[in-house]
Amino acid sequence: MKRSVIFGALTVAGLTAGAASAATLDDIQARGNLICGVTTGLVGFAAPDANGEWQGFDVGVCRAVAAAVFGDPTAVEFVPTTGQTRFTALASGEVDMLARNTTWTFSRDVDLKFEFVGINYYDGQGFMVPTELGVSSARDLDGATVCIQTGTTTELNLADFFRVNNISYEPVPIETNAEAQQQYLAGACDVYTTDASGLAATRATFENPGDHVILPEIISKEPLGPLVRHGDHDWGDIVRWTLNALISAEELGITSANVEELSAGTNNPEINRMLGSEGELGAMLGLEPDWAKNAIMVGGNYGELFEKNIGENTPIGLARGLNALWTEGGLLYSPPFR
Amino acid sequence: MASDTHAQTVAYVRDTMIPEAEPPAMESGAIKWLRENLFSSTLNAVLTVLSILAIYWAVTHTVEWLVFGIWDAGSLSECREIRDMRIAEGIWPEGRNVACWAVLSDRWNQLLFGFYPQDLYWRPVAALVVFFIGVAPILFDSVPRKLFYFTALAPFICYWLLWGGTIWGPIFVALGFVLAWAVIRFGQGIVGPLAATIAAFVVPILYWIFVVGPLAGAVGAVAPIGIEFVESNDFGGFMLAFIIGITGIVMSFPLGILLALGRQSDLFIINKTCVIFIEVIRGVPLIVWLFTASLLLNYFLPPGTNFDLLLRVIIMVTFFASAYMAEVIRGGLAALPRGQYEGADSLGLDYWQSMQLIILPQALKISIPGIVNTFIGLFKDTTLVVFVGLSDPIGFTNLIRATTDWNGIYWELFIFVGALFFVCCFAMSRYSQYLERKLATDRR
Amino acid sequence: MSTLTDPPPSESFRLSQLIYDTRYRSLTIQVVAFMLIMLGLSWLVSNTVQNLQALGKDIDFGFLGQPAGYDIGQRLVPYDSQATHARAAFVGILNTLLVAVLGCALATVLGVTVGVLRLSKNWIVARLMSVYVEGFRNIPTLLWILLVFAIFSEGLPHPSTFRPDAETGQAESTMLFGSIAMTRQGSFIPRLVYADGAILFVIAIVLALIGIWALRRMAHRRQDATGETMPVLIPSVAILLSALIAANLIISAGSRSNELSLVAVGAEDGMSLAEFSGAAGRIDFCRIRGSGGSFSTQNLLDEREISYRAREFFGDRDSARGLARGECVMIAVPASEAAAFAAELTPELRGDAVAVVLSDTVLEGPAVQVEVPEITESGIARFEGGIPLRNPLIALWLALSLYTSAFIAENVRSGILAVSRGQTEAAFALGLRPNRTMSLVILPQALRVIVPPLISQYLNLTKNSSLALAVGYMDVRSTLGGITINQTGRELEGMLLLGGFYLVTSLIISGAMNVYNQSIKLKER
Repeated sequence: MKRSVIFGALTVAGLTAGAASAATLDDIQARGNLICGVTTGLVGFAAPDANGEWQGFDVGVCRAVAAAVFGDPTAVEFVPTTGQTRFTALASGEVDMLARNTTWTFSRDVDLKFEFVGINYYDGQGFMVPTELGVSSARDLDGATVCIQTGTTTELNLADFFRVNNISYEPVPIETNAEAQQQYLAGACDVYTTDASGLAATRATFENPGDHVILPEIISKEPLGPLVRHGDHDWGDIVRWTLNALISAEELGITSANVEELSAGTNNPEINRMLGSEGELGAMLGLEPDWAKNAIMVGGNYGELFEKNIGENTPIGLARGLNALWTEGGLLYSPPFR
Repeated sequence: MASDTHAQTVAYVRDTMIPEAEPPAMESGAIKWLRENLFSSTLNAVLTVLSILAIYWAVTHTVEWLVFGIWDAGSLSECREIRDMRIAEGIWPEGRNVACWAVLSDRWNQLLFGFYPQDLYWRPVAALVVFFIGVAPILFDSVPRKLFYFTALAPFICYWLLWGGTIWGPIFVALGFVLAWAVIRFGQGIVGPLAATIAAFVVPILYWIFVVGPLAGAVGAVAPIGIEFVESNDFGGFMLAFIIGITGIVMSFPLGILLALGRQSDLFIINKTCVIFIEVIRGVPLIVWLFTASLLLNYFLPPGTNFDLLLRVIIMVTFFASAYMAEVIRGGLAALPRGQYEGADSLGLDYWQSMQLIILPQALKISIPGIVNTFIGLFKDTTLVVFVGLSDPIGFTNLIRATTDWNGIYWELFIFVGALFFVCCFAMSRYSQYLERKLATDRR
Repeated sequence: MSTLTDPPPSESFRLSQLIYDTRYRSLTIQVVAFMLIMLGLSWLVSNTVQNLQALGKDIDFGFLGQPAGYDIGQRLVPYDSQATHARAAFVGILNTLLVAVLGCALATVLGVTVGVLRLSKNWIVARLMSVYVEGFRNIPTLLWILLVFAIFSEGLPHPSTFRPDAETGQAESTMLFGSIAMTRQGSFIPRLVYADGAILFVIAIVLALIGIWALRRMAHRRQDATGETMPVLIPSVAILLSALIAANLIISAGSRSNELSLVAVGAEDGMSLAEFSGAAGRIDFCRIRGSGGSFSTQNLLDEREISYRAREFFGDRDSARGLARGECVMIAVPASEAAAFAAELTPELRGDAVAVVLSDTVLEGPAVQVEVPEITESGIARFEGGIPLRNPLIALWLALSLYTSAFIAENVRSGILAVSRGQTEAAFALGLRPNRTMSLVILPQALRVIVPPLISQYLNLTKNSSLALAVGYMDVRSTLGGITINQTGRELEGMLLLGGFYLVTSLIISGAMNVYNQSIKLKER
């Protein structure tokens, strides 16, 4: 369903994006690419490289979805959104999905009318301080100047934490991570607080990472995951099960290296169902039978994506922690492909 | 008598001139200049010394950092390694801090063109050239008048070059204006001037809404002439700043004229509508309008409509600029002597004729410096689009700093962005000053 | 002449007259235009209603009454994260106005200085000022705000460097004039604190102003009548000073001997301060901003070397709320009201805590005292006391002022150049002395040129203050138009209110400009 107003002619040129209609998948297929909302830049999660190619963990999820739909991981446009514009961009249909460090909360799910399709990163809000501040617990932060990123749940958690512990602080809300980092490094704030993953990623790129510590307290639960608009369950299912396919793939030992080989057929029926050599799962989603294979081929399974973008061998060096598979003591648990 | 007295009292009269002597050292050359320009009074001397100290301080604190900057590295950490190595080798003194300009050489293309496909960079450049040729007849008197026809076509060519896609879209949109002209030209005789004027607005709008889309689609299917289509999402960097600034000014121009005329009008409702529009737009900061574009514009359009963000921002910027433009043009209209209006009336010209033939050509000419100044302001304000998530130069500084390679870099990027803005704005403001001086002499 | 008295042609009205008769045509056009405008508006409104319905949203301003949940650093009125969104918006409005007023003042001072210096005969100064003007005019405000912010946070010393070294007792950085601390976390300047009854100062100032006005009137009358001028400046200053001194003496007479009692939560009846401190460990003291009593109490605590932490509140009600929530446990109140205050407070407290009056008392001290910011001795290094000016405020204020001053400088310069030399010469020829020439001849003419664009620069500065979000200064756009919208999802309502605020502010400023323009318009006859 496309309608054109005043700039009728511009429609021809494609300047008007697809409308927020009931069938997002149809729109995407008609358009020929997926439009994915990402951050305006967060180390390891989404940023363009020197060739203008977007890279990162969240970007990987978008590419996997594009591959599942089109079989082509490049059939995706990335739209940088700020903390303030992201929800409107999704609600108005400007983007098809958001993969942007967005915390799954009750009010966003129910009141703002979005559907979180899963969790791709279990995070929590932490604090980073310079070692020379001599602070070992967030409860010692009385009177500290705290840099926070605005437009997030962070400022609410922070207000709650300091109020509950009856300590005073001076908030300095900053628009972007890059700017907040600069302020913190300059010493204009004593503390930088954001998601622990973001803190680790930021700290990793410092000239002297050893001069800064991340305090042990994690003051909130921040389940981050991709989200879509309320109401279009078909599309929601596609994003949800693409994410689940990535997680299951890791559990089942499917990697980008062996997916081609495994897709020919194995003696594990779940792998067969997932990769399309058995059953009709792809058709149920309205996709090709090899949708999951395509999604995994792009950047590998969840574990590979993690290792490549934010894992311990990258400059960011995040440990799997909560984000390990449930079989390895983490929280990642995909429903079965059946 | 006088000469007699002279002859009697003066014994000797010099009959040759004294050879010219050098003026006293205090009154000549550099010393005189220094004395008059720098040390003419105690206060001046103090100011001079203070200024020299300030300049010395600024220079010593920045030059080393700027000049010894490293241009050849792949990431910030490489920059730091190179610096440390040179210091360790003793080439550089201990503690020297230098800029890491390598970020510019690495990300030069992105800062200028955003994500625009690399092999298509010629297109924005060509569009800029087309734009300059298009404005040449407006800006310089010596350019042949015939170029005005090209000026009329330039917006469509620029649009097509930038976004690409089928050529038929811009062509059929342009035909809408021809249609409007035809309606005015031939309709006057048939339905009278007022009805023709109204029809000249209504017919093209109906044509654009209902005819162009299917027509261009049909013709495009038959004769698919076009170049590669580029999504607005790929626009970024200084290209984006130029596109928003230039489109804003160009599209706001006709709207600004209408608003200015409306504000001058005796018709109560039209006058008040224009005043309210202008005051509301000017009373609210651009950033609030940009957030309106980003958060609210979709609410105001029919359900199911959706523009991309760049287009919404351009629409808002156009409205914003047109209010300022209207005030500039109103200034131009007010500056015309009353006799011009009365002269036009006495020739028996109707309102539109007198505006078109007598008033506007003169009023717009005096408004050009003001329009250029509005453009400078708008061009600078394009930086605000970063807050709604568009990747303008400042947006790119954020994106670049979010990569592991360049995380932590700061001044180099902002200095570059600031310098580029300075060069553009300074050149334009010099041009507008030149125009003002020229107009002042023209009108004498 | 006869045509004027002829009765109008009594032909009947035909429909075509609506278009062809100039008497009716303008009416026709207006009616058509009006209908089109109304159609357009109703189209927009109906679209909005439909879209909102489709999203399942309504237009409801009820969100303003819900708790905001976020903290605001810079605030002029009491606010905490439990206050409502409306309150947060109000704090934001005050912050916007604060930075606008400060910015306009500084921009004017800088602009006038630069404008005058740019006309200086001193070559180097004139060139430097040209660089200043061109530099600030031709680079976007946003960049200047970011750059000034970065310069302040990287160029100034860290607060910890103000702390004396444990071994040498010497601090790395020192405060300006011993009372102003400029750090990369913000600057801190001394604050005047007043004893109770400071309202008397306001009364004194008002009375003094009335006196000065009367004096000037008298001087004017006398000059009109006799031609003699009378000195007004020195007597005016004398009136103002004597009024202030008198008020000071009157208040001090009472406040120096005024006893304050300490009401503490969690103490036992009749405890002394030392006993309470021993029992509670560190005392959280409720300091009331700008109160002399709180200041004297803190001095007492310092003197007795009692470990305490001051939490700042705005006024009595705010501090009572802080006590009730347990944010602080001790407050200084006038001795006569202490018992009643404690009794009233007790039921408000959490759990079964009791507020009691301690046995120690404090003298309120002189009418006016100076509270100088001090670095904390332990814990995180920061300044306490004084007026805090955080870097976001300073960066925004300074950047907006510098940027706007470049434009004002140009206005001033052209205003001065607009007054022809002949005016000065003519004034001298009339025998006016240079300073009277300036004030009676040159300035009035130059101001006529300078003031209108100056006010529109003020307007621009006020609107540009919305760029606060670049540095995290919590103005109205960042509170109401930023976090509130983002947390509640009420973008339509929020943006309407925000736009309305800016519009009203702009209209007030431009209204003032119109009044001024009318008053200085050349009275042509």
